[in-house]
Parts: sequence; structure tokens; C-alpha cells
Amino acid sequence: MKFGTEIVLLSLFAFAALVAAGFGVDEPFRRHMWVLFFAVAGFTAILLRNTEFKPTVPIDPAAYMDGPIRYGAIATVFWGVVGMLVGVVIALQLAYPDLNIQPWFNFGRLRPLHTSGVVFAFGGNALICTSLYVVQRTCRARLFGGDLGWFVFWGYQLFIVMAATGYLLGITESREYAEPEWYVDLWLTIVWVAYLILFLGTILKRKEPHIYVANWFYLAFIVTIAMLHVINNLSMPVSFLGSKSYSAFSGVQDALTQWWYGHNAVGFFLTAGFLGMMYYFVPKQANRPVYSYRLSIIHFWALIFLYIWAGPHHLHYTALPDWAQTLGMVFSIMLWMPSWGGMINGLMTLSGAWDKLRTDPIIRMMVMAIAFYGMSTFEGPMMSIKAVNSLSHYTDWTIGHVHSGALGWVGMISFGAIYFMVPKLWNRDRLYSLRLVNWHFWLATLGIVVYAAVMWVSGVMQGLMWREYNEQGFLVYSFAETVAAMHPYYIMRAIGGAMYLSGALIMAWNIAMTILGYRREEDPMPRSIPALQPVRSGARKWA
Amino acid sequence: MTYNFMREFADSWGLLAMALFFLGCVAFALRPGSRRQAERAAHIPLKDD
Amino acid sequence: MGLMDRHAVIEKNATLLLLGSLLVVTIGGIVEITPLFYLDNTIEKVEGMRPYSPLELAGRNIYAREGCYLCHSQMIRPFRDEVERYGHYSLAAESMYDHPFQWGSKRTGPDLARVGDRYSNAWHVQHLTEPRSVVPESIMPGYAFLKDTRIEVKDFSTHLIANSRVGVPYSDDMIAHANADLMAQADANADTSGLERRYPKAKLGDFDGDPQQVTEMDALVAYLQMLGTLVDFKTYDEAAGYR
Repeated sequence: MKFGTEIVLLSLFAFAALVAAGFGVDEPFRRHMWVLFFAVAGFTAILLRNTEFKPTVPIDPAAYMDGPIRYGAIATVFWGVVGMLVGVVIALQLAYPDLNIQPWFNFGRLRPLHTSGVVFAFGGNALICTSLYVVQRTCRARLFGGDLGWFVFWGYQLFIVMAATGYLLGITESREYAEPEWYVDLWLTIVWVAYLILFLGTILKRKEPHIYVANWFYLAFIVTIAMLHVINNLSMPVSFLGSKSYSAFSGVQDALTQWWYGHNAVGFFLTAGFLGMMYYFVPKQANRPVYSYRLSIIHFWALIFLYIWAGPHHLHYTALPDWAQTLGMVFSIMLWMPSWGGMINGLMTLSGAWDKLRTDPIIRMMVMAIAFYGMSTFEGPMMSIKAVNSLSHYTDWTIGHVHSGALGWVGMISFGAIYFMVPKLWNRDRLYSLRLVNWHFWLATLGIVVYAAVMWVSGVMQGLMWREYNEQGFLVYSFAETVAAMHPYYIMRAIGGAMYLSGALIMAWNIAMTILGYRREEDPMPRSIPALQPVRSGARKWA
Repeated sequence: MTYNFMREFADSWGLLAMALFFLGCVAFALRPGSRRQAERAAHIPLKDD
Repeated sequence: MGLMDRHAVIEKNATLLLLGSLLVVTIGGIVEITPLFYLDNTIEKVEGMRPYSPLELAGRNIYAREGCYLCHSQMIRPFRDEVERYGHYSLAAESMYDHPFQWGSKRTGPDLARVGDRYSNAWHVQHLTEPRSVVPESIMPGYAFLKDTRIEVKDFSTHLIANSRVGVPYSDDMIAHANADLMAQADANADTSGLERRYPKAKLGDFDGDPQQVTEMDALVAYLQMLGTLVDFKTYDEAAGYR
């Protein structure tokens, strides 16, 4: 019977959730378990409706397993739109506080929903589906472990649903980017270990002797996130039928553990993983090998070694001992070098094919992503210098920096990968529309520029207003005055975010139409037709 | 083993060892014989899907 | 096999690649984090720190639940403007019983490390209920529902036990009286001599202006009113505390 074991296990799981909903010791936990019950029971019902008693068709062991990747591509686009929409909502809440709807839709509960939505739901799905796509094609092997790929996909979606609903119910560990409570953390640990087995197992059964460098980055991302997740979420539950837990560490130690995690969530989730994406999809779309494979090896070891030390720069001038702050600053500055090595490697892959920038909006998207990677990895080390940090910390400058990396680098490279993969996954000869990709590119780019520029200005202004003294030696501004001064910038930031969101909506439309098999009748993008031009001396080598 | 000993070790021999290890990694990657192998590896994604 | 060919082995062996990456990413954490646990100069010696009273702990949990830490820091840096605005810079010792820490990373609103005793209880209740009625420029969400939500106490001692398991020195006496202490701290008519002995400097009384019930508003205001009030800076030696 098709799905037989799955249906039995899921029914037991749903029953356990029902029991927990009945016996939970606190109200949020009971509600959360109802959510779990309906999610799992609904899923079981769908499987029951699709079950068959015919013998299953044998699977071709040589063919790639693309089912979870197709679902993953759709999930990436879906969660991307959701996460960015919540981002625009909370941006508007900061400009117009009456938009807060207590208790469930207050800023404090929606903000983790936005960050987890874009980082873990959008970014995580993008990483999982592209890593499974890349590992099969560069290893020339089908995914390891039969239906393990499906477990990883659906298990991860359940994690997202439980995390997101938990935030709205007020269930949080209050650790930034690691907010889910202990039982959701345990579930993610199971899913993540399954993901590691799936990925590593596929590498081990590969037919290609060499392990392509993109897989190194993906592997380092998976392993490091496992380590960070487990250690940062060590906590003592109040009850095994309750939502609340207390962190295993306190004060200084807790702060450093959290920011060791927090910074490496950036370093390994949002950087190493997406670099894996870059090292596969940029060469594919440009149809040229990576500029220097040997540079990519140096890039890999230097990046993973240096990143892990940089966390304390989130705690400059706090009660963290000085030696740890200095160590964090030094490693953060050194991190600039491998980051730019990687950027150069990605950009120079286009060397000799720069004309594609004009003719191929997907390449343009990827190149813009790499450019933003370079910019944020310059800005980051600069902000980790203690003197700069004394101004930038606690202000919107940090928010601007994060978004130039997240919207510019993570977002753009993921969009590029999705645009590349979707026609191949559904056997379409091209996307529904390349011109819509072009629209997406420009809306996203302008949105980021508006967002980042506005946050720089507001962040620097905020920092300067807080520390401004008059001639008599008194502070010039009350805190409330600095809040009022932010208002116009918060409106402009929301506009920048809305532009980025509208680009993502265009992508969702384009991807949906491509999957459904439509092709938009449109003029092709400008071709690279060599124009007759007088050849200047020295110009030839750039031709 | 005191904290001060660890600190001094970290800014002297430890630092030197890590720097040498890193230079070793760079040398490995850029060793003369690796070019051909690296080029083969770089072409892995470009073989047909 | 020549030295130069060794990396080629890593490039072809997934297990080695896995172990190598894990080793490389572990070093930084071990060197930076573990010393904080065994170096006795990580946390200064100060007078006055004590575990949170049950009502304060309940308030702290509401503070975390509502995501206050996303807009309010609790970490004053040693700069002239911050010390003038918010008070003495924060010491590591002041968050030694904080599971988890609430230092925050953003000041959309002001720092709260020493907000205790700065405003009256009535001000806090009004501000939390309708922020813009007391601070017109404020962009804070309203939390009027806290005043209507009774504290759910089946057995608050379980919270103290969980904390003591991760190292907070809650005594058996404190754990045994957890429920009673929680109710007594917000009751203007209760006998609080035991509570005051267990939790010196605890703020007492009806915080939310509604003596009929103990609400989440009581707990949150009790927590805000004790923030930064425990350490006696008259006895604190700056030079000895420098790390």
C-alpha cells in the first residue's frame, strides 16, 4: 500500500499532539499543540486520499530525484513572499504604530516572524532545494536514502509552521534568530540530522571522483548549523508538557553563545550555503567554469576558519570581557580578505562574457548579488571596528547592513538560482517571461538601494543625536525626540521594502506561469549584436 | 595551565602555527601540479545534466 | 605520497572533508566561549545581586514573550552620553542570573537596564496601556491586554526549579513559597516579611491599580521597577572590576 507506514506513523504523531493539547500545563502550549494536531492530521488526510493499493512502480536508480526539489522551489517562492510581506508590515508599524494589533500582531511578535520567515523559511528552503539539486548533478548520483528527501522537505515545513505560529502565540526563547522553544528545536534537530545524512550519503555514493567545491560549502553549512543550533538552544524546560524553558547559560556566557550562534547563522546559513549556490549556478548560467577553482579552495578554508571567531563584534563595549571583544574584531577584519576573494572569483567567472550582463537578466541578477556580497562584506568588517561600532551599534545602520546582505546577496542569488532551476525541473524550454525577470531585477535593485541608503542616514543620524552635547555640556536631544526624527526614514524604508516585495510578487507570477506551461509572447531581450565601431588601440582585448 | 599562559601562547606560538597552517593551505591549493586537476573539477557542473 | 598531494585526498573524501570542516569551525568557539565559564574574572564581585522573585520572574517572562528585547537594550555602554542618559554602565554581574540574557541589540526605544524606580507604577501602567498618551512621539505597541490577563499560576515553583537546575541559587525555602510569594508581592495587604527576607529590595504593592487580581501587568511592572536597582554602586570598586 502506497504511504502505508507514513499514514500509521503520522496518525500516531497526530494523536500524541492531541494528548499534549489536552494535558499541556500552559495555555500557549495547549494552543500550539492544537496547531500541530491540525497540521499533522490534515497532512495524514491528504495522504489517505492519495493512497493506492496497486503495486508501486519501481524507481529508476539512475534518475535524479527531483520531487522534493520541485516542492522546495515552490516553497522558496511562497515563503519568500510571506516573509517579505511581514517585513513590509512591521516596517509600516514602526512608521505608524497604530497598525499594531495586540496581542498577536504586535511588532514584538511579528518581528521574529519576519526574520525567521525570510532567513529560515525562504533562505532555508532555497538552500535545501538547491543543495539537493546541485549535489545530485555534480555527483551524478540519485539522492541517498529513498524517501528521506521527502522527510527532510515536509519535516522542515512543519518546523516553519510550528515556529511561525509559536511566535504569534508568544512562545519564544527570546534568542534572536533562534526563537523557537525547546520542542520545536528538538524537531528541527531531527530534520537537520536527516538532511545531513541525505546530503552526505549522496556525496558518498557519487560517480564523479572529485567533490565539487559547491558541495563543500553546502556541507560546511549543514554541519556548522547543526553544531550552532544544538549548543545555542541548550535549555531546561519547565515541564515536558509546557512551552517555557530557561536557557542553560546566563548573562555574559549566554550573550556570547547567542552571538557566536547569531553571527555564524549569518556566516554559515546566509553566506557559506549561498556561496555553494554561487559556485554552481553562476558557472551554469554563464556556461563557463568558475574563474579560479584553486582560489575557491582557499576561499573555503579561510572563510570557515575566520567566520566562527567573529561573533563577539556584536557585543562591543558591553559587559563581555575586553579580550573577547578584541579577538572578535580582529577576526572580523581579517574576514574581509576571503570574502573579497570569493567575490572576485564569482565576478571574474563572467570574464570574457560580460556582454551577457546586457542580454541575460538572470546573469545580471547573479552579478548584482555578488556585488552586494562584496559591499556588505566590506561594510561588516568596518562596522566591527570598535570605534565605528560605538556609533553604529543599537542603531538602524545595523538594520541597513543586514538588509544589503540579505536582500542584495541572499535574495538575488536565490532568485537567480530559482529562475535557472524551474524551467529545467519542469522540462520547460524557457521561463514564462524574461522581460518580467528584468522587471524583477530593477524593482529589487532599486528597493535595496532605497532601503540601505535610508537606513544609513537614519542610523548615523540616530547615533549622532544620542551623543550630541551643547556648549553647556548637556545632552541636546531627549530619546523621544530621536524617535520622532526617524519617522520620515521609516516611511521611506517601507517604500523600499515594498518595491522589493513587488519584485518578488512578479517572480511568483512568472514562476507559477512557467510551471503551468505558459509562454509569454514577447519581444526577446536585446541581443548582443556587434555594432560597427572604430577600433581604438588597446580596446581589442576587451572585445 | 593558567589563563595567562594560554593568552601568551595564543599571541605567540599559536598565532604563528595558525598563520603557517593557512599559508600551507594556500600553497596546497596553488601547488604547480594542481592546475590540471582543478580545471577538470571546475568543469564538473558544465557536463550535461 | 608527496605532501602536496594530500589536499587532493580531502577533495575526494567526503568524511575527511566533513571532519576537517567540523574541526576548523569548532576552534573559534572553544577558544572564545569556554574561558568565560572558568575564568573567575569574567564576572565582577558585587554586593546585592539575588535571584528574581517569582513575580519578577513572571514579569521577565512576559518581557521576553512580547519581544521587548527587540527594541529595548538592557546594556549600558561605558560612554559619557549613555551613562548620563541611563546611569552607571552595566556590569556582567548584573545579568548573572539571567536565563536567557536580555541585553538586546537595537534601541528603537531607550535602554531599560536601570529603568527601575525612574517612573511611578501608575506611569508604567498608563504607558504600557496607551503609550502615546504619555509619550506622544512613542512608536511602541500598546499592551492593554496585560491588565486583563490573570497570571496563570498552577505551580510556579516549577519555574524556580528549572532555574535552579541551570545554576540560579534558589533555596528550598524560596521554591516552597514560590506561589505564595508571587501573589503576596502584588498584594498591598499581604504579610511580606518572608518575601522581603528571601528577596531583599523587592518592590511591593499593587502595581496595576487593580487590587482584585494579580495580572500580567502587575508582573511586568514589578520586573521593570526592579531593573538595575539591586547592585549597590557605593561599595563597587571600579578598578578591581575591570576585565
